[in-house]
Amino acid sequence: MSTETVIEVRGLTNRFGTQTVHENLDLDVRRGEIIGIVGGSGTGKSVLLRTIIGLVRPVSGEVRVFGENLLSLPEEKRSLVERRFGVLFQSGALFSSLTVAENVALPMVEHAKLDRADATRLAGVKLALSGLPVDAGRKWPAQLSGGMIKRAALARALALDPEIVFLDEPTAGLDPISAAAFDSLIVTLRDALGLTVFLVTHDLDTLYSTCDRVAVLSQRRVLAVGPIDEVARTDDPWVQAYFNGPRGRAATFAARQGKD
Amino acid sequence: MDTPSLPGTVTLTRDTGGERLVLRGDWTLPFYEALQKRANELAGSLGAGVQVDIHDVHAMDTSGAFVIAELLGSSRTQALAQDEALPAARRALLKTVGDAIDTYCKGVPRKRDAGFVVMLERIGRAVASFWKQTAKLLGFIGITLQGFASTVLRPSRWRVTALVSHLEQTGLDAVPILALLSFMVGAVVAFLGSTALAAYGASVFTVDLVGFAFLREFGVLLTAILLAGRTASAFTAQIGSMKAREEIDAIRTLGLDPVELLVLPRVLALLIALPLLTFVAMIAGIVGGGVVCLATLKMSPSMFLNMFQEDMQLRQFLVGIAKAPVFAFMISVIGCMEGFKVSGSAQSVGEHTTSAVVQSIFVVILLDAVAALFYMEMGW
Repeated sequence: MSTETVIEVRGLTNRFGTQTVHENLDLDVRRGEIIGIVGGSGTGKSVLLRTIIGLVRPVSGEVRVFGENLLSLPEEKRSLVERRFGVLFQSGALFSSLTVAENVALPMVEHAKLDRADATRLAGVKLALSGLPVDAGRKWPAQLSGGMIKRAALARALALDPEIVFLDEPTAGLDPISAAAFDSLIVTLRDALGLTVFLVTHDLDTLYSTCDRVAVLSQRRVLAVGPIDEVARTDDPWVQAYFNGPRGRAATFAARQGKD
Repeated sequence: MDTPSLPGTVTLTRDTGGERLVLRGDWTLPFYEALQKRANELAGSLGAGVQVDIHDVHAMDTSGAFVIAELLGSSRTQALAQDEALPAARRALLKTVGDAIDTYCKGVPRKRDAGFVVMLERIGRAVASFWKQTAKLLGFIGITLQGFASTVLRPSRWRVTALVSHLEQTGLDAVPILALLSFMVGAVVAFLGSTALAAYGASVFTVDLVGFAFLREFGVLLTAILLAGRTASAFTAQIGSMKAREEIDAIRTLGLDPVELLVLPRVLALLIALPLLTFVAMIAGIVGGGVVCLATLKMSPSMFLNMFQEDMQLRQFLVGIAKAPVFAFMISVIGCMEGFKVSGSAQSVGEHTTSAVVQSIFVVILLDAVAALFYMEMGW
């Protein structure tokens, strides 16, 4: 893992009405790592993700992706940066009027100027990379199961061979077997494609089995960041309840068993 | 990443040592088409013992790896992925893409047939679905009437709160827009009448024209069409989004009857609201026509009222308002039924909302035409 920083968040403050979600939040993401963002409900994990990808304009502070501040870039340059990352939204956000293969092919047709046949072939590869069966490409998003939607959305996020992938609760709503398969898929793809993965999750098993580092959001800032064992030792009631509660202990145990 | 990118190249050399395939440059998405073309040219001519050298490839992404894997075939790609001299990341990429291709057969784009047979098929489908729709509508009317019958004598099962709430939404809230609309149509009819009748020196009968038009037809028709657009769509969207979120199923599992809970209050509300609104529309239309009469025909208000009272019988009003409950029933039943037909997605809610509006306007105009024929034959 290199020490090059691809995402740099400095002094970020987000506020909706009178409710302050983030205050003076700092975070660095390094190239090639899988960083897990955890926190209780309403601590602004998804808001942080949306701020980094430029969907939410912060009240103050700065977010740099590849050293560029997305919100101050002119439209064309911004689009160039945006092509270097892919986003998997919480509910997949597949376009319901397009088939799965067309969903994946769309960014390649629009941005890489491939013709439709080439794009469809490449889309097939991306779908297979994401672990979908051969016939899934011709289906409509409404015909897919929850796990398949996540995989198809991941394939679309990977369409332009991005350097960073943002995953918003990728395993939420999946059965444990699909979730575990998705976890190992993320690690495989990271190793093969050299991705940087920004992972927002609640799933302790995902954290233990995939993340190089974990950042805990609490009290409107990043409370702790580092390898998961270090973070779990942080002296904070929420962190202790999270990592050392019944579910946390089970996940730790499972992770240790897995390593032996 | 920051070094200038060179288009990927591939060259095939043959000498005494056998065939050598040498790949160079960037094998990335921007060069995909060129690489794919070159690979297709080479694909047929590769011998079994060809040696592959990809050490000079500068950058490679999944699309580049895909071209390589397709060119070399599965077994050679896997062999290449075992090559210890390559960086680990590149081997992993080749292996992953190679594995992916093994499970992937060529993605055939959807067939888009066109022609006479397809047209016939579509006509056939449309006819069949029209019959199915009609049968469903009749079935739903039956269910609704059954629901009425089973609750009408049991006041404890009347949903009065829901009824009042729907009355407000469908009735009271529609009054301003309906009154304005009818007023303007009334004015337009009066303008038309006064111009056309002036040729015969009969422009004073504009009063009769406006009166007949609004009492018999326009009052109820305008109201029904407005409510078909405003209320049928609202019913479909409300019930449809409940259906999409499994709320209807929840109602059933709680041992309740969705027809009694959702349909009856809506149908009843419209049965009450539409006749009342029709009356509002008639008055507003006649006032609109009256204003034009006063302004352009120099008629005094008392003269207008006198003429109106002399020429209009109560029968005209009754004939018009009698249609209102029928329209109300059809509009609300169609709106509710389309809501129940929604499946899963938000897109489906939109489709059925459109369908509800189109169907209810169609039914309203059809029934109005039938009623006009009937009244004419009866001499009413």
